[in-house]
Amino acid sequence: MKLITAVVKPHRLDEIKEALQAFGVHGLTVTEASGYGRQRGHTEVYRGAEYTVDLVPKIRIEVLVEDDDAEQLIEVVVKAARTGKIGDGKVWSIPVETAVRVRTGERGPDAL
Amino acid sequence: MAPAITLAADAPTLSAANTGFMLICSALVMLMTPGLAFFYGGMVRVKSTLNMLMMSFISLGIVTVLWVLYGFSMAFGTDSGGIVGWNSDWVGLSEIGLTELWDGYTIPVSVFLVFQLMFAVLTPALISGALADRVKFTAWALFIALWATVVYFPVAHWVWGAGGWAFELGVIDFAGGTAVHINAGAAALGVILVIGKRIGFKKDPMRPHSLPLVMLGAGLLWFGWFGFNAGSWLGNDDGVGALMFVNTQVATGAAVLGWLAYEKIRHGAFTTLGAASGAVSGLVAITPAGGAVSPLGAIAVGVIAGVLCAMAVGLKYRFGYDDSLDVVGVHLVGGILGSLLIGFFATGKGQSDVAGLFYGGGLDQFWKQCAGVFGVLAYSLVVSAVLALLLDKTIGMRVSEDDEVAGIDQAEHAETAYDFSGAGGGAARTAVTAPVAPAESKKVDA
Repeated sequence: MKLITAVVKPHRLDEIKEALQAFGVHGLTVTEASGYGRQRGHTEVYRGAEYTVDLVPKIRIEVLVEDDDAEQLIEVVVKAARTGKIGDGKVWSIPVETAVRVRTGERGPDAL
Repeated sequence: MAPAITLAADAPTLSAANTGFMLICSALVMLMTPGLAFFYGGMVRVKSTLNMLMMSFISLGIVTVLWVLYGFSMAFGTDSGGIVGWNSDWVGLSEIGLTELWDGYTIPVSVFLVFQLMFAVLTPALISGALADRVKFTAWALFIALWATVVYFPVAHWVWGAGGWAFELGVIDFAGGTAVHINAGAAALGVILVIGKRIGFKKDPMRPHSLPLVMLGAGLLWFGWFGFNAGSWLGNDDGVGALMFVNTQVATGAAVLGWLAYEKIRHGAFTTLGAASGAVSGLVAITPAGGAVSPLGAIAVGVIAGVLCAMAVGLKYRFGYDDSLDVVGVHLVGGILGSLLIGFFATGKGQSDVAGLFYGGGLDQFWKQCAGVFGVLAYSLVVSAVLALLLDKTIGMRVSEDDEVAGIDQAEHAETAYDFSGAGGGAARTAVTAPVAPAESKKVDA
């Protein structure tokens, strides 16, 4: 199994979710995150005091998949997340040793 | 305030219209203190929101009680040497008859005193914006009590009390440019010079945590200010109260435009904080002047105040004093502008026949205004600094560094302003398993 993690622009969430559903993914986890890459941040002004806000809002999407599906699923996420502008984010995968469905105790690919 | 009606033949009788109007105005001015609390509360970081709200709110308790005990007597009692008043019949307010009229006016004494009480409550609360994030609540409460007693009550007497030196000199202060705004602004400067900067000033980002709250506060202040300003004529028999009402709206609108225009040119954006701040700067500046100027004059006063206050809020970074929420930049500067501009823009057709420089009156009134401005400024600055020093050397003015960094709300109020965590029914961070009686739990600790 693999864990696919995507840190992307918040407003792409719906597109990514729909693309994943179309692909046949049954579940995912979303967390609000903040960070920066090459995009860096933006400047805000309060009564003339300028602040550089370098941590910008992002969302992190995590999906567990079977090994064979991983590459294709990454492509699906990347396609749905892309706007072509700087700050679109990153997607990566890492191997997962085991997974358990809490309700039934099923293990491995059966738990997905 | 309005000069007493001095018709030789008949003494004024109670006016139900003026009495009702003044009771409503008193409630409007009361609303300014919680309005101010929101205005300031939105501007601080999340960790000190509640403390900021409480610094204003507590004034409603402390000053109200002091006003009944001796404040009203000190401010409006029989004059001693132009400095302070006293009337032992007013101590505790119990000797005031229900239908007794305020001398020379058409409203009862009890209406006049409750209207003036709201001013006394608001003024110390204004100071709190400069002291954000770092002052022990007990020290602040004591400061309010001492400051009201030795600064506000006497200064209100100077400016509005029969026999007060500024009143007798002919200084024009319709609703509190000197007694309220310069007074509070100078006090703020005096105190922050003693207690010093917030940890991280000029280094850490100190962004307002809720600009909608700031806008709400500014809106409530604007609304309440109609009572503050128009009510200060104590009735509307001659239309001057209504002129003040009009000018309050006009100058404030103009000041919003002034601040925003400056900001757009200088910093590239129209900010909500700028709009809210511009409104307050205009309200402050028209407070002393609104009964003396024309509506066009009010536009001039508003624009000048909006632009110059927008420039003044940057001074703290240059000079290195931490006027956290710009009490000096808005209230002191705005109050001075409004008070001095009377010397130029007074038409002679408003509250009195005194005309300013632009209306053929020469500079006479301007010099009188200067005397009022700098007399109040110097006294408030020095005495407030001394009071802060006194408290700092005894009980200490500031919370510990750890408490300030972690957030004064938890240290001083044992509360958190917002809980957005959904987990565990919003109590993810707490470990309370059953209600504990606070007193008992403390005994166990000891």
